[in-house]
Formats: sequence, structure tokens, C-alpha cells
Amino acid sequence: MAAVITVRGPFAFMRRLVSARLHKHCCSRVQAACLAYRPHSYSLTAGQQRRFFRTSYAAAGPIMQFKLSDIGEGIMEVTVKEWYVKVGDKVSQFDSICEVQSDKASVTITSRYDGIIRKLYYDIDSIANVGNPLVDIETEAGEVEGPQEDVVETPPMSQEEHTHQEIKGQKTQATPAVRRLATENNIKLSEVVASGKDGRILKEDILNFIAQQTGAILPPAPFQEIRPPPPAPAVPSAPAKPKTPAPSIPTPVIPKPVFTGKDRTEPVKGFQKAMVKTMSSALKIPHFGYCDEVDLTQLVRLRSELKGLSESRGMKLSYMPFFMKLRNISFFLDVQIIAQAAHNIGLAMDTTQGLLVPNVKNVQMLSVFEIAVELNRLQILGASGQLGASDLTGGTFTLSNIGSIGGTYAKPVILPPEVAIGALGKMQVLPRFNSKGDLVKAHIMNVSWSADHRIIDGATMCRFSNMWRSYLENPASMVLDLK
Amino acid sequence: MILRLSDLNVISKSVRLKSTLTTFFDEIGKDIIIKSSSTGIYENLALEDWIHDYVDLQNRNILLLCRNSPAVVIGRHQNPWQECNLPLMRRLGIPLARRRSGGGTVFHDTGNINMTFFTSKKKYDRHRNLTVVTNALKELRPNLDVNSTDRFDILLNGHYKISGTAAKLGRTAAYHHCTLLCSVDRSLLSSVLKSNNSQVIKSNATPSVPSPVKNLMDVDPSLDTDTVMEAIASQYKKEFDFATPVITVDPTHESLMPGVHKMTRDLLTWEWVYGKTPKFSVSTSVVVDRVNITLDMDIKNGKVERFDIGFPDGWLPLEIVNEFTSTMNGSRFCPRETAVLLSAFIRTNSLAADIAEKIHRLCEGVISVM
Repeated sequence: MAAVITVRGPFAFMRRLVSARLHKHCCSRVQAACLAYRPHSYSLTAGQQRRFFRTSYAAAGPIMQFKLSDIGEGIMEVTVKEWYVKVGDKVSQFDSICEVQSDKASVTITSRYDGIIRKLYYDIDSIANVGNPLVDIETEAGEVEGPQEDVVETPPMSQEEHTHQEIKGQKTQATPAVRRLATENNIKLSEVVASGKDGRILKEDILNFIAQQTGAILPPAPFQEIRPPPPAPAVPSAPAKPKTPAPSIPTPVIPKPVFTGKDRTEPVKGFQKAMVKTMSSALKIPHFGYCDEVDLTQLVRLRSELKGLSESRGMKLSYMPFFMKLRNISFFLDVQIIAQAAHNIGLAMDTTQGLLVPNVKNVQMLSVFEIAVELNRLQILGASGQLGASDLTGGTFTLSNIGSIGGTYAKPVILPPEVAIGALGKMQVLPRFNSKGDLVKAHIMNVSWSADHRIIDGATMCRFSNMWRSYLENPASMVLDLK
Repeated sequence: MILRLSDLNVISKSVRLKSTLTTFFDEIGKDIIIKSSSTGIYENLALEDWIHDYVDLQNRNILLLCRNSPAVVIGRHQNPWQECNLPLMRRLGIPLARRRSGGGTVFHDTGNINMTFFTSKKKYDRHRNLTVVTNALKELRPNLDVNSTDRFDILLNGHYKISGTAAKLGRTAAYHHCTLLCSVDRSLLSSVLKSNNSQVIKSNATPSVPSPVKNLMDVDPSLDTDTVMEAIASQYKKEFDFATPVITVDPTHESLMPGVHKMTRDLLTWEWVYGKTPKFSVSTSVVVDRVNITLDMDIKNGKVERFDIGFPDGWLPLEIVNEFTSTMNGSRFCPRETAVLLSAFIRTNSLAADIAEKIHRLCEGVISVM
């Protein structure tokens, strides 16, 4: 006991001795606390205790062997299934270390100590025995040996910001300065959501609580910095809060919003990788664009006449089968752009994974209705993520119905090894003049073509587009040329 | 109305700004029985996790009852490619979920009752829980021959498995959940739980032990899920000696259970469902125009780590093979992604028609195992 030993050293040493002991009790974590003395053995030679804190680890802390504790039900061995840590990782008490399995039970083993992992005793799928060491953890020097039994505690806090977790029946952790802040604002500490470690309430938590209650963002409170209390139990002489200035309304001070978002770098993989490769390859193609306007009034009429018949066959008829088939006819009649015999016309599809382009095979052999059936099948597969390899390969030309989402004009990118692509804008009802000069309502859709200028020239594209357009504007003429 | 109780006062008192399900439980009483109002497998698994993580179970016992629309649930350390028929499930739209507890693969549908017994880690006792179930059934039908085994299964007539068990132990709490077959679609169960690829897969994942199964309704048509759930609830109350009525909870109610949405989303991710599969390897072969091509892959975290094709000399140009191999390395072991990678590969490498065809057929062989 200190009272019994008479200390003959200088008074400065005496004061430091006392304050150092108090510091050890008051501070929550003494960082590199290699205190140069042990609590119960006083060295009387002055001059030894000059420095109480070191700024670096001069020697490694004690290695604690964390043994696999009893799982219950008399189980003696388990299989290690997954490690959540590796050698060199820093862990805190209650962090998950590994997952073991025994007889249909999966057990999460959590750390008993704070420290750094120094050794893992088992590989994945090896058998671990209860009572044997599982990991070695290097704890910080000076820490008291952890409890042998697992500490029974209330469940851990949520990581989410606005947890509504009540601190039940436990002494709420907060420094005296924080407590003072709470009392001054008539706040019960048990109602405040704690965001500090081990359920500690911080100054920010009190401020957040106040903001929530009043619904306002408060000006930064003119408080002193929160500090561990001075060792001497002096009465706080200075008031915590300086007197607020005189009656004039203070200008609102909005605390500068701190943007905590972080930029993320993600490796490109999977679908994204495929897209990057395809588009980089497309870049090599010299694109030229050609746009036009198509009057679909007649087609709209035709489709509404055929709708009933199509639905009686169990299929909802859209405009796309017409666009695809007429494109195909135009090929045959005038412009032989591609030498391929099979016309596999692709449809750009927006799925949850991104852009996929399945194609309808051999459009030249299919009727408009058959194309509709096939499109429907592809759409269902696309929506459920089941498009197969054969659906996605072999396309010779692509149409993109971007207008179904929105937009009028586009500049589509050709998908190699194709030579052209068309993007269809949305259909709008617009005023137009007919041949008699009357103002009529017309269903107008814009089409934007892109073509490979090494193979196709502007005039060819123009003629092809005109042909396609004329079929769409006069669907009855299809009848003459349909094969 | 999310919580249905006879006493409305209890609800209004508790719905303060910072109230959650935990505070609600404290006001209700010590031991509780909860029923989930959802039949979504991911939502119900997330509900289990939420209760395990956020409710103080030191002095309390909770029983959770739920039923799910058709789904397959694999254990924490299992290999879905080995355990179930994934192509069939995709065609039928049956989702796959991975739970956090160990054990084997189960098929869920609304004819299958799920029970989760939450206790503190010290009070974890699976036999006691199973006795509650068997006693409940015997109360309903005294002549019913149901018994629990030391592998924690429940057998009907000494032979047919009607219940399987799994458990999860955390730091301070534990849960033990099990199923009970009342009126499950048995033909769908057997076709979905049979993998076509188990021979070509080599892995250390926990294998399931297949057993003959039967429905309770097969032996007694009055034993439907509602009747059986009622019986189990009363037996549980008898066993743990309390009388609070059963509470129904909506597992999507975020303000009542903060964090449950994120838990549900986490269970849906590919990284959890497929990516948590322990390392395994696949060895298969595909015949292309009478030529036998061997395929060897190592899959780690659900992604292809090694991809080797064995083919006779000159069958394919070496650069194309190397290019294809490097495309496959690091990709997910997933048919969707492989199909997209293949189409991008064919687009970006100008290949002669026959070579493109060979690569295509090779890829189809790979996809058939996924």
C-alpha cells in the first residue's frame, strides 16, 4: 500500500507517479503504454521515470493463444470452413474470426482479444479440436489477461447510422463532458443512440439527438473540446459554455456539410468486360450516321386491325416484327449489303445485367407473326436472365428500339462484325401536311442508322432507308413483295 | 397493420419514434412465438438473421414459424451445382438461397413448415426442440409414429424423413431451425434436388444425405400446415410455460427492424448465393464433330480460377485457345455470363466460320455444367 512506503524521491517524481496511475485508470486505451514501472513495486531511484509513454512498440506484446471454446452439446471436434482473417490482420474483441461446422451446426467464432493475428492453426476443411489453440493473437503490451469465459453481453450494435438501439439496464458510457452536455439540454442518456465503441455516447450523438428532436441543424455549439478529466479532482472553475452574446439574433451558421462519399475503383469484369471489349472493337469501324423520319400512320391502322387476330393466336403484336421483316425485304430487293444468306436480325435488349443483343434467326424464312412469336420468346428469356449462347451469337444486323424507353434521335454503335445498325426513336403524334395540303395528325417515328463507311456509302444507305420507309408508310405494298 | 394483436394499446404505446421490434418484445413478455407474414425465402431468412443479431436472447426463447413459396435452400458450406438441378430451377423460376446455418439442402414450398428455435448459446438444446415438435404431433394424432433420431431428423413410421435440422451458433445466441413436410410437392422436390453434374464435380463441400421422404398429409389428410403450426405453437407454450398469443410480423418492415432490408439484399447477391461455395473442380468432356475435347476447371469463390482445354493438335489455333482461356479466367461460373462472354469473344476476334462454330460448341459444353 502506498501509505506505508515512505518515498524519499523528489516531489516531481511523486506527482508524476500519482498522475500516471490515475491516467492508467481514466484513459480507455493507453496506446503504447510501456509504463516504466509496475504498480506495486516502487523504485526509489529517481531519474529512472522520465518518460511514461513511448511512441512506438519497442517490443512485441504478449501472444495470447486463443483456444477453441466449448461449442455445446458435448461436441469435441469441428471442421474449419472459412477464415475471416489472415495473419497480420488487426482484430477487435468480438470480431468474427472464422466459421466452423459440426454436425449440421455452423458456428461463428469471435475474438476474445484485441490485437493482431499472428498465426492460424488450421487450414480450410481441417478438423479442429475443442480446447486446442485456434489462432495466436498478439495483444497490446500491458493489457490485462482476457477473461477465460466468454463474456455474456447484449447483442452487438448495428453498423447502420440511425440505429434505434436502446441501451438496456447497462450503465451508459459517456465521458463527464458529454454527460454535462446532455444534462444542460435535458436529455436522458439512455435515449441517445450511441455511435462510439462499446456503446459509448459521443458528443456528436448528443448533437444528432438534439437535431432530430428539434428538426433543425444546429450551429456548432461553442463548447470546449472534450478531454479526459485532469488528474487532480479540481472543481471545474470555468463554465463549460461561455455566455451567449446579447439579444441580437445571431446569423445562422450552417456547418459546412462534409461529403463523406468516396470514389470507388472497381475492376471491370463479367458483362462489363464483354461490353468494353465489344465497344473497343467497334471503335475501329468508321461510322457514318443517317437519320430520317417515318410516317407510321398507316402501319398503326394496320396493326390495330390485326391486333384482335393476333391475340386470338395468343400473341401480342408489336411494331418490331414489321420493322424486322421489312428490313429484310429491302435487302433482297435493292441493296445487297451483306453477303450472308442468313438474316439474323438482332434486337438490342435492356436487361438488369445491361445491354444484351439476342437475334431472331433466318428472318427471311419467317412470317411477321412467326417473328413476333420468336421475339416474345427472346424477351421472356432476357427478362429472366436465361438467354443462351446460340441466342446471343450469329447476328448479322441489329435494331435498337431505344424509343420504347425514350428519345428521338440516336447515334448507335455498330456491333462487329455487322456493318450497320438502326435505332428507332419513340413514336409521337405530330401535325403534318398531307398531299392535299391539309393539316393531319400523323404518327411519326425517327430512325437513326449507322453504317460502316468502308463498305457502305451514303447513297446506298439513303436508298435502303427510303425503301424501308416506303414499305412502312404504305404497308399494303408489302403484299406485292412479301416472300 | 403490421403487428396483429388483440391489445391495440400495446401497439400505440410502443410505436414511438425510436421503437423497434426488440422494445416491443420487452413489453410483450419474455418468451414469444412469431409468425412471418411473408412467403419470400430471402425475407424470411433475413428475419431469422435479424432476430439472431439484434434481439437479446439471454433470458428469452423465441419460436419463429413461416412457410415459403417454392425455393431451394442450401446450407452455408454447400455446393449448389452438386446439390440441385440448377437448369431446371432456372426454367421453372425457382429461386436458390443459401442460409447461414450449416446442414444440407432442402426444398421449400407452402406445404413445408419452417420452425426456428432461438435461445441463448447456453440453452441451445436441439433434442428439446425436436421433442416439442414430436409431442405436438402426438397430441394431434396419438397413433402417429414420429420420432427424432440422433442425427436430429424426425422420422415417420421409422423410415420416412419428415424433418431435417440445421443450426447456427453465434457469440452469445444460437438458433436451431428445422422443416416439417406436411403437403409438399414430392415429385418436384425429387427432380429439383437431383443434380445432373454431381459426377463431374469434385469438392469438399458438405454433401447432403438423400433420404426417402413422405408428407404428413399422406398418412392423415387432416394434418395440413395450419393445423400442425397451431399444434406446435401450443406445445411450445406448454414446454416453456407462457401464454402470450402468436404475433405476426412483416419481415420487410424496415423501421421496426432497422437493417433488415440490407440483410435481405445481402442474401440475394450472387456473391453470397454462389460465391460462397467452397473451392471445387470440374472435369468433363464434350464431343464436337466426333472429336473428344476435355474441359478442366477450378472454381474458387464461384469464379473460374483455372480453365484448361484438352484437344488434339491442330484442332484449334493456339492463339484462339489462349485468348478464350484468358477470357474465361476470372469469370463467374454462371451460364448467363459465359454466354455473354462468348458472344463478345466471337464479335471481337474475327474468326473463320468453322473455328467460331467449334468455340461455340465448346462453350455450350462448359455451360451445360453450370
